[in-house]
Amino acid sequence: MAQTPYAYFPGCTLHGTMLEYNASARLVCEAAGVDLRELKDWNCCGAWSAHTTDYMLGLALPARNLQKAEAMQLPMVVPCAVGFSRMKLAMHEMENPAVLSAVNQAIDKPFKNSVVVEPLLKVLASDSLDLEVKKPLQGLKVACYYGCLLVRPQKILKFDDENNPQTMDKLMSRLGAEPVDWDFKTECCGAGMSMPRPDVVNRLSSKILLAARSMGADCIAVACPMCHFNLDFHQREVEAERKEKIQMPALYFTQLMGLALGFSAKKLMLDKHLVDPMPMLKSKGMAA
Amino acid sequence: MQMAGAITPVASSEFLDYVGKQSGQRIMDCYQCGKCSAGCPTAYDMDLTPRQMIRAIQLGLKEEALKSSTIWMCVSCQTCSVRCPVQIDIAKAIEAVRLLAVAEKAPAAEKNVKLYHQVFLKSVEFTGRLYEMGLSVAFNMLSRHPFTGMDILPTMLRKGKLALMPVFKGTAEVEAIFARIKR
Repeated sequence: MAQTPYAYFPGCTLHGTMLEYNASARLVCEAAGVDLRELKDWNCCGAWSAHTTDYMLGLALPARNLQKAEAMQLPMVVPCAVGFSRMKLAMHEMENPAVLSAVNQAIDKPFKNSVVVEPLLKVLASDSLDLEVKKPLQGLKVACYYGCLLVRPQKILKFDDENNPQTMDKLMSRLGAEPVDWDFKTECCGAGMSMPRPDVVNRLSSKILLAARSMGADCIAVACPMCHFNLDFHQREVEAERKEKIQMPALYFTQLMGLALGFSAKKLMLDKHLVDPMPMLKSKGMAA
Repeated sequence: MQMAGAITPVASSEFLDYVGKQSGQRIMDCYQCGKCSAGCPTAYDMDLTPRQMIRAIQLGLKEEALKSSTIWMCVSCQTCSVRCPVQIDIAKAIEAVRLLAVAEKAPAAEKNVKLYHQVFLKSVEFTGRLYEMGLSVAFNMLSRHPFTGMDILPTMLRKGKLALMPVFKGTAEVEAIFARIKR
């Protein structure tokens, strides 16, 4: 299959706690003809902390990565919603020539701010990709969760509708699954508050988990490592607070794609989540 | 010499002007409809709701704004910004207030949130990337909750989700960026 090359910025967590997102993304991309060429020595985009406390640092950290993609003369693809958001918002700020010149000074590299940046979800949901669905996700009800940073603000990110995005829903339909119609697609999960204010994350993510359950979803599909952490890792705390079991698996959209394309649960690292998706997947005949 | 884009202290009389320029927003356009506060996921725990924060900026109430919990409770989810009927990027205005609070070393109402950002950025400065284990340990120690998350640590290690040692990538270049910005 012809391979389309992209400059790949995985983001810190994909080499850390969220290695299953990286592994499943790589498998699915290879099968779909998306050639991921990882940036050499990429660095953290600064996530929530840089732009929040230091204006220039919030631009220079993404810019060092953007400059690498620009030098490769390839569009950049980003699986991490935080990274995607920071790249796009920094590029928007750097449309001001004075700001761009200051950032060039800070990174000590010539950067023209001329990179195309796409979220991995957009690339993998493209109709033009030739996907061979070997095991359709028949009978799987999926609550597609986009969160904040992938879609807001639409006028700058230019990806999907910021109120009712459809990209993941359409992809899940194409794979044979049934996306549920729900209200919490773009509600905030508590973002980076996990460490400093876990109570905020528990409060917000519980609403999302319960909304998915009330719509009869078998699992939540996500495209953001931070959302995944807040919905999966924090679920045990939500359960303890509510004194009830929820056990709503949160899976990366790339893992669901991988299952449909015929990859094994082991290869897709479905054993990495704290809320074990295997009983649900086995009951649907989607994993052995 | 300070780098372009560096933020310097401002007087209360210049506060509205500073926020407008730093954020690029027309703060005086706000007519206090409250849509921002209604949609904000963390407004329930802010001393000034987003609407009240914009009013405080309009009135030049710099001290009240800088010492508010609002600037640290905002998680930059952008809900307020995309719902504003007069297109004020409210999250960006709040960010401008927070950047000034950092520059003026105003005491943070949410100490742990500010601490989290500082520890996070130290990790990036020294390893080039986020070193999750280091961030967790350092934050737990400095926030005086040393045992938070200890129950789940063995599971995380068994699943291979936490690296014990950091990976150093692009370190010298990233450190140089921090140095040039002179934080």
